[in-house]
Amino acid sequence: MATRADRRASAAARQRLLPGGRLAGPMPWIIAIMMFLTVLAAAAGLGLGAAVGAMSADLAGRASVQVVEADAQVRDHLAARALAALRGVADVHAATAVDSVVLADQLRPWLGEDALSGDLPVPALIDVTLTPGDADIKVARLRRLLGGLSPTLRIEPHAAFLLPLAGLLSALGWLAVGVVVLMALATGAVVVLAARGAHGSHRGTIEVLHQMGATDVQIARLFQWRIGLDAALGGALGFAFAVLVIGLIGLRLSATGSDLLGAVDLDWRSWLALAVLPLAGVALATLAARWTVLRALGRAL
Amino acid sequence: MSAIVQFENVGLRYGLDSETLSDVSFSLAGGGFYFLTGASGAGKTSLLKLLYLAQRPSRGVIRLFGEDVVTLPGKRLPGFRRRIGVVFQDFRLIPHLSAYDNIALPLRVAGMEEGEIDAPVSEMLNWVGLGDRGQARPATLSGGEQQRVAIARAVIGRPEILVADEPTGNVDADMARRLMVLFEALNRLGTTIVVATHDLPLMAQVTGAQMMRLDKGRLADPTGSLRYPPRAEGKD
Repeated sequence: MATRADRRASAAARQRLLPGGRLAGPMPWIIAIMMFLTVLAAAAGLGLGAAVGAMSADLAGRASVQVVEADAQVRDHLAARALAALRGVADVHAATAVDSVVLADQLRPWLGEDALSGDLPVPALIDVTLTPGDADIKVARLRRLLGGLSPTLRIEPHAAFLLPLAGLLSALGWLAVGVVVLMALATGAVVVLAARGAHGSHRGTIEVLHQMGATDVQIARLFQWRIGLDAALGGALGFAFAVLVIGLIGLRLSATGSDLLGAVDLDWRSWLALAVLPLAGVALATLAARWTVLRALGRAL
Repeated sequence: MSAIVQFENVGLRYGLDSETLSDVSFSLAGGGFYFLTGASGAGKTSLLKLLYLAQRPSRGVIRLFGEDVVTLPGKRLPGFRRRIGVVFQDFRLIPHLSAYDNIALPLRVAGMEEGEIDAPVSEMLNWVGLGDRGQARPATLSGGEQQRVAIARAVIGRPEILVADEPTGNVDADMARRLMVLFEALNRLGTTIVVATHDLPLMAQVTGAQMMRLDKGRLADPTGSLRYPPRAEGKD
């Protein structure tokens, strides 16, 4: 049975068969750049996916009821009736009137101090949290209920406000997935070209090995080992830089203080998925190299 | 003595050209010493390529070690090639490997453990008189030294057949004589030797060796092409 020293010596001897040291050619650097871009694209896809998920979870069960009435007394009266009606139905988990002062504060950036004067008719608002279930059906039922009380009562699901944004984020997420797939294809193509080039430039060595009785698989193993190592080095380098950049972007997003941007986050599952990318890159490069060399050798006797 | 190599009506054509070898038929006995001779372009190298399985014939039957190798699946060829040692005219040493690693190559290809490689390689280096040149790269070796590394590489796996294509073409007369002594020593150990050459004095040096002569792709005298009986007995 081969000892560890034996195996190490065998591996060293195998490596000597093809000349050139680590990071000697452009391959590791090309793989590093591609891995860097792939990890960034994947991180963007995962982050945007998380943001869409968080946004959906946050908004799916919530709605706002507006009392659009110019007369303050009638408005308050209608708001109280609507609140009582909402609290009495099973579809509503909680219903809370938004304080008029809080509302005016929120409007101040657009309306200035006039928002507090009471001269401007500002609708009364009721925050509604729905019970779990199909929000669209529940909102439709509540719309009928409120319509029976007064035509000035309007209910809007929060999800509807941000639906276009969620759609945009989702589309960007899928775009990122597409970029990852394209980068994987490009990596495979680069490896195929590199393996063909290596096969061509080592033709003399291959002929000698063949003549000594080396099998196609033995020869292909030399190339896949070499290209796999290049891919591992390039992949590690690209991944490390990508992690650094993702960290810096994360800090910037946090600094904005935006709930929406803050939701663009990577949990441990996302990091695990990103960490798999360099390994997948090595596997892809190794298999592509093996396939290319075996195909080329298959054409020779 | 049983035939280790049999050619029956073998023809070889490259592309659409006329046949390089035509109707070549002969058999070689195991343990024999054979010279293949003929003018340049007569087809010696092509015949050797068929013999060491670098080429398939266009027609005919070739049997090696009792098996038809023309129809042999590609996957089985490596096993046959390991039983044949080849000394190329241009040596074909791997330039970035040391003499030691070049000689060790067949053993590594055969999957021998690294710990078992050193003894036979060192023995082989000493046998060809290069005991102190093991770490030298081919470019730093003289033509004769490269030749000896190529021979050591060809024989280290104890092949049943040793094929040498013009092995003395690039060495001086003294080295050529020493080379033949090496081949004879191997032959005494039971290896069948096939040497392509047009060096008649060299052929005369090996007593009991047989000769095949190719002329324009055909064996010059198909009925009596193998001269001298094989030294089946009485070898020392």
